[in-house]
Amino acid sequence: MEQKTKKNDILLIGVILVLALAAYVGVSIFQDATTHNAEALVLIDGEEYGRFPLDTDVVERIELPDGSYNVLVIEEGKADVTEASCPDGICVNHRAVSRQKQSITCLPNKLVVEIRNGEESDVDAITN
Amino acid sequence: MKTKKIAYLGLLIALAFVFSYIEFLIPVNIGIPGAKLGLANLVIIVALYTLNERDAFVLSMIRIVLVGFTFANLASMLYSLAGGILSFVVMVIAKKTRKLSLTGVSVLGGVFHNVGQIIVAIWVVKTVSLIYYLPVLMVSGIAAGVAIGILGGMVTKRIKGIHLID
Repeated sequence: MEQKTKKNDILLIGVILVLALAAYVGVSIFQDATTHNAEALVLIDGEEYGRFPLDTDVVERIELPDGSYNVLVIEEGKADVTEASCPDGICVNHRAVSRQKQSITCLPNKLVVEIRNGEESDVDAITN
Repeated sequence: MKTKKIAYLGLLIALAFVFSYIEFLIPVNIGIPGAKLGLANLVIIVALYTLNERDAFVLSMIRIVLVGFTFANLASMLYSLAGGILSFVVMVIAKKTRKLSLTGVSVLGGVFHNVGQIIVAIWVVKTVSLIYYLPVLMVSGIAAGVAIGILGGMVTKRIKGIHLID
């Protein structure tokens, strides 16, 4: 009995790993390499805050009405959050993003930085 | 309710609360929102295996509300509630099938806790692309689930010897 459940456990873990791998491959195929006119789209609470082209270096301090903030840095064609008021700092620790549909999320501030290719593809139309 | 059981439940709630606090103090931050060990789930799974579903569920909800009001904000509480409820339901179903050991049940709990959180996160920040975190969160859920499952198995084996509810 115990042996059998143990075997099922391992089988379960295997199935979840395969699913995760499949999801990962799917995501990778989905994230096309960036084109020259890619931009970082900043959303706050689902509303567009601004768009920042990745080929122009910029440091933007995004202030929220409640006093919290995130600092977005565009450098070497990558977007990164380098400073934030949120307690967990997950967005700050997140690595810089540059590929289509990659994103940095700050849940406490409801802020999302998402990479978009300049031209909207059909794929975008479906996912959004 | 027997006094013994009340004391036991109180103890478990306190323990779950302390575990949540420890995780709040030492966040294992790997740059993915939602990825964590879930120490408190150790208490929930022990409750699930030493008490009954109803008590374990109440325990889980009380913990989330307590921790939510003490250390987090309303938004975090919403994520926790979604993850907590989904993972609890899945664990109860998995336990009832009797096909998995405690570790397997814990793995499912870990994975679905993350799935629940990401679903609510997508809804709250209105950004579907958060789903890209799912593969990583599934794997981290497995790792956390195995760790908690092994610990939970040890604890449950020892607690079961004591007759808590007569």
